[in-house]
Amino acid sequence: MTTRRQFIKISAYSVGVLAVGTGVYKAIDKLSAPIQANTLTVDLTRIPTYCEVCFWKCAGWIYKNDQGKIWKIIGNDEDLNCNGRLCPRGTGGVGMYYDEDRLKTPLIRTSDRGKQVFREASWDEAFAYIAEKMKKIAADHGPECVALFTHGSGGTYFGDLIKAYGSTSIAAPSYAQCRGPREVGFIATFGEEVGSPENTDIRDTKCLVLIGSHIGENMHNGQVQEMSDAIDKGATIITVDPRFSTAAGKSKFWLPIKPATDLALLLTWIREIIYNHYYDEAYVEKYCFGFEALKEHVKDYTPEWAYGITTIDPNLIRATAKEMANAAPAVIVHPGRHVTWYGDDTQRSRAIAILNALLGSWGRRGGFFRPDKFDLPSYPHPPFPEPQKTWRDAFPDKYRLADLALASGICEATIPTAARDCSFKGWIVNGTNLIETLPNQKQTIEAIQHLDLLVVVDTMPMEITGWADVVLPECTYIERYDSIRTGPHRKPQIALRMAATEPLFDSKPAAWMAIELSKHLGLEDYFRWGTIEELLDWQLKQVGSSLEEMKRIGVKTIERANDDIYFTENEEIEFSTPTGKIELYSTSFEAEGFDPLPKFTQHEEPPQGFYRLIYGRGPAHTFSRTANNPNLTDIMGENVLWVNPKVAREWGLENEQPVWLENQDGIQSEFSIKVRVTERIRWDSVYMVHGFGHADKRLRRCYGKGASDTKLITRVHIDPIMGGTGMRGNFVTFLTEKPAEKEVAS
Amino acid sequence: MRYAMAVDTKKCVGCSDCVVACQTENNVPIGYCREWVVEVLDGTYPQLEMEIRSERCNHCENSPCVRCCPTGASHYSDGGIVLVNEKKCIGCGACITSCPYDARYTHPNGYVDKCTFCIHRIHDGLKPACAAVCPTKCIYFGDLEDPGSEVSEILKKRKHKTLIPEAGTKPQLYFLI
Repeated sequence: MTTRRQFIKISAYSVGVLAVGTGVYKAIDKLSAPIQANTLTVDLTRIPTYCEVCFWKCAGWIYKNDQGKIWKIIGNDEDLNCNGRLCPRGTGGVGMYYDEDRLKTPLIRTSDRGKQVFREASWDEAFAYIAEKMKKIAADHGPECVALFTHGSGGTYFGDLIKAYGSTSIAAPSYAQCRGPREVGFIATFGEEVGSPENTDIRDTKCLVLIGSHIGENMHNGQVQEMSDAIDKGATIITVDPRFSTAAGKSKFWLPIKPATDLALLLTWIREIIYNHYYDEAYVEKYCFGFEALKEHVKDYTPEWAYGITTIDPNLIRATAKEMANAAPAVIVHPGRHVTWYGDDTQRSRAIAILNALLGSWGRRGGFFRPDKFDLPSYPHPPFPEPQKTWRDAFPDKYRLADLALASGICEATIPTAARDCSFKGWIVNGTNLIETLPNQKQTIEAIQHLDLLVVVDTMPMEITGWADVVLPECTYIERYDSIRTGPHRKPQIALRMAATEPLFDSKPAAWMAIELSKHLGLEDYFRWGTIEELLDWQLKQVGSSLEEMKRIGVKTIERANDDIYFTENEEIEFSTPTGKIELYSTSFEAEGFDPLPKFTQHEEPPQGFYRLIYGRGPAHTFSRTANNPNLTDIMGENVLWVNPKVAREWGLENEQPVWLENQDGIQSEFSIKVRVTERIRWDSVYMVHGFGHADKRLRRCYGKGASDTKLITRVHIDPIMGGTGMRGNFVTFLTEKPAEKEVAS
Repeated sequence: MRYAMAVDTKKCVGCSDCVVACQTENNVPIGYCREWVVEVLDGTYPQLEMEIRSERCNHCENSPCVRCCPTGASHYSDGGIVLVNEKKCIGCGACITSCPYDARYTHPNGYVDKCTFCIHRIHDGLKPACAAVCPTKCIYFGDLEDPGSEVSEILKKRKHKTLIPEAGTKPQLYFLI
């Protein structure tokens, strides 16, 4: 295949950059020299930050040693997201700063004797190049044809830039590849999303039900902490998982469900709770719509019916339904977070929402609290231009219930078709490695071939940077200010991220990049706030604080205006749904032509000799983002493949044995992965932690370590309701010998 | 004074935050660790049980490492904390061999290194870094001779065990089970 855009590998890249790298290496060695114990007690300065290793954004303090070098990061005691305790990734955040493989200078793709290479560029050159291309795209196709993909704080500023330029196509893979179906399911039911951090009142729950949710392996910090508090208080944990997860190991009940059958179990639980009168009658009567229709709908979903589908013992289904009822309303059927599994995920999330409604847990102590959030005013700017079209125009009459843009949708819409007049010509990608984030890598790479401009902003040479026209090296969160964190919680809080040190190398904060690029585009009027420090100080002063105060305290708590964290007895509540009630029967789904009540659908099963590919999280890593972090690779340097002993016997597989995987479409893993023979996984599935098998040699610590699940996810089941990409319908088989090299798409 | 630590295996999720926090707090070089996490699985799918433990030096009351050290580098410090004086250590490794818990390693600078219960933090009235960071609050630390300390309190309340008690080292790292 002849392609316009090649993936640029190290051979082409190293010439210019190694020279820089060598000097840097020496500097790093010096920086990380051990500090003697007697220096640890000297007066230390501490700088407030909030973490960027994942989306939880815990607030903390960056400490320096007596030589003024970055030493450690400790949680801020006032912060409700972390309560003074960061997770391993947050603690290991220093590794992001010290990683020798960081992007160090702007890079521009050029052609050298027919071969594509990157050359180092000045910031001015890089901005001039981007601005010229963006102006041309605006003139030829309209500014709406540039999209922003973002999963990081820098998205705020690039978001303003792209809106000023004339596009509103801003997408985060955390929606259509992760939590989107959950939000749509909960909005349809309660009129409100679950949000982040989730409004689950785990701390005070009496019964926590995890269905495909792996608290403890996902280190969503506050939730892990609260699950531990709940264990201390004697709460019952019920875990539904084909894998004996960490949480399953802490559970009173583990339901080792056959994968892809969760909705059958949920519908049966709903039936048990209705027909045994376990539900909260007063709550349902007062707040819910469509109870009779639901009751009729689930009447045949008996535990015996579910047994045949889920392989869960009917008595266990009955016992767990009773357990939930006994705890109600202090019960949480957890909505999960990464829920894009089989394409009917919005309906499964609906079933979870319905179950919570029947138990009366929404708005109740030990169930789901009402979060509160404090918003800061935006700095005045001219109105953003009204775009002529958006990503939605690429999907007429589809995914209308999606409340945010679909990253996968924009990717698909970048590939021109006869029927579509909205194809994207430019991508700006901030802090998300789309190659490992979007399923169906082939489509992602094909889409990239159709672009006139691909700009990647990142701290690390992730795979996506290899496809870029321009790479902009962002400094790590340790080295930059960012917008004030304002996420929702039991009480509203704001948190400051302050630059603890000058950026290493020639890396820069995204906010600075957006301002500079705006000047090249003639859009500087939208960024009249000056420096980011001036912006933050202005915003904070509007609400009675200041940058000075926030530098001292890091986190500020604002008391709730009303004492309304839980519903009060007989409170009159108008829910933001079409009927103003909690919709057990969804009128919004019905209006869009979707099932108003969730139905069980059978999913495909693995063919003979194949196993369902299940992927998940390791506590020391975030997506593929942290795979090269020196502190975190120390904890987990590669992923392994969990294989049930029965399966291992059949294939003659042993612990530590490297295998390659091939999926149902003949796609093979690029690297081998070591087998872990364990009883913790069912015989019909294999499991690996997501985010490994990196193929870019510039990531020297993690290159070729483990396998990439994303590469093996070529079959995607799109959720018709909101466009989520179901990724658990892929099956793999083992190759015990290294497969012959196939030509790698380049 | 008798410093001791208790780890609640019912709460520990094995995230290894303790290991990373120890590494940054104590400047343990990349590639080495003073503590580690163990997962023990029993049974056959789906009848399974799992214990997860955050482990480190047991600061034994009868420490073979102190006894066998030829230079006196390994010694008891305040509250029974076992330390290595790196200036006296010749890196012979006798202590590494003698430790039933495999709690020591040779630092790239040539001396033997191990958990100190973060004695520098204790002197400042702080908890060891691992106990302070643990998201599940499963690590309890304090003085066993003080009946009000959190470690004394939790050991009074909860069933617990030590590892390899038959080695006779009188370990001071307890596991709540």
